[in-house]
Amino acid sequence: MKKTNSNISKWGVVVFPGSNCDHDGLDAIGRICGQNAIEIWHKEDHIQDLDGILLPGGFSYGDYLRAGAIARFSSVVAHLPEYVENGKLVIGICNGFQVLTESGLLPGVLMQNEKIRFICKEIFIRVERADTAFTTEYKEGQVLCIPIAHNEGNFYLPVDELSVLEDNNQVIFRYCDKDGNVTDEANPNGSVNNIAGIINEQGNVLGMMPHPERRCDPILGKPDGEPLFRSMINHITTR
Amino acid sequence: MKVRVYVRLKPSILDPQGRTVLRAAQQMGYSEIQQVRIGKLIELDIDASDKNEVESRVQELSRKLLSNPQMEEFDLEWSLEEN
Repeated sequence: MKKTNSNISKWGVVVFPGSNCDHDGLDAIGRICGQNAIEIWHKEDHIQDLDGILLPGGFSYGDYLRAGAIARFSSVVAHLPEYVENGKLVIGICNGFQVLTESGLLPGVLMQNEKIRFICKEIFIRVERADTAFTTEYKEGQVLCIPIAHNEGNFYLPVDELSVLEDNNQVIFRYCDKDGNVTDEANPNGSVNNIAGIINEQGNVLGMMPHPERRCDPILGKPDGEPLFRSMINHITTR
Repeated sequence: MKVRVYVRLKPSILDPQGRTVLRAAQQMGYSEIQQVRIGKLIELDIDASDKNEVESRVQELSRKLLSNPQMEEFDLEWSLEEN
């Protein structure tokens, strides 16, 4: 594996027809964090030399059939299992999370919001673990203010699989109130156990419904999303 | 031949859309309606003359693409009619 510059990581932000948060991702990783971030068309075959991949939010293929159902059969996603196997980092945000669950890289499914409404607002999430490749720049229990914007964010897993996920500490973010209490009232979409973000068993794939890339530039508010990208970059450049 | 793929939510999965439609129906006076579940109907035209030739492939497609087995189940309905 070639290393370009030891301190600058190379990122691909995947563009599907219908992606609409790809530029926010490029901006967060490229301009704000100073890394080398490029667009990767969904038909791309050569992804193995990238240090990190972002599957952005949006409405890939118009959310036809189910959100993420068509995108999961794209060329890039077909190459992801090998990429993940090699220990590289993948983050799927919103529609990207939906693509990851549809593809089986993450467990569960994102169903329609309990109240059948598209929700676009700022919410609070609690950092459940600060020892993952995605969260070392946070503190455990830290409360973040991050926007959500989705219609299918209602995370579901059958009870037995859910207990495996919880026992493995794969839940990284939970919806909470501003003081960090995980309550039903603070759950915007009906997700089981207020789950907002999970990682795979290997710990190198994160899927989350909230949009950290929209909270990286201070001009948009407290940049609670930036440490997530910093954590990933540190993980890559100090490896 | 044709096949209709009925995709529906598993019984264990709540269907908020169906619940809302149920409420509307009851408010309209259709109080005998007890439950509403909303699914999808997908129609496929297939170049084959015998169901046995393609059934396993249609099953596979329905499992892999047309439904998500985590939350949905499906039934197939076959017919020989031509367009």
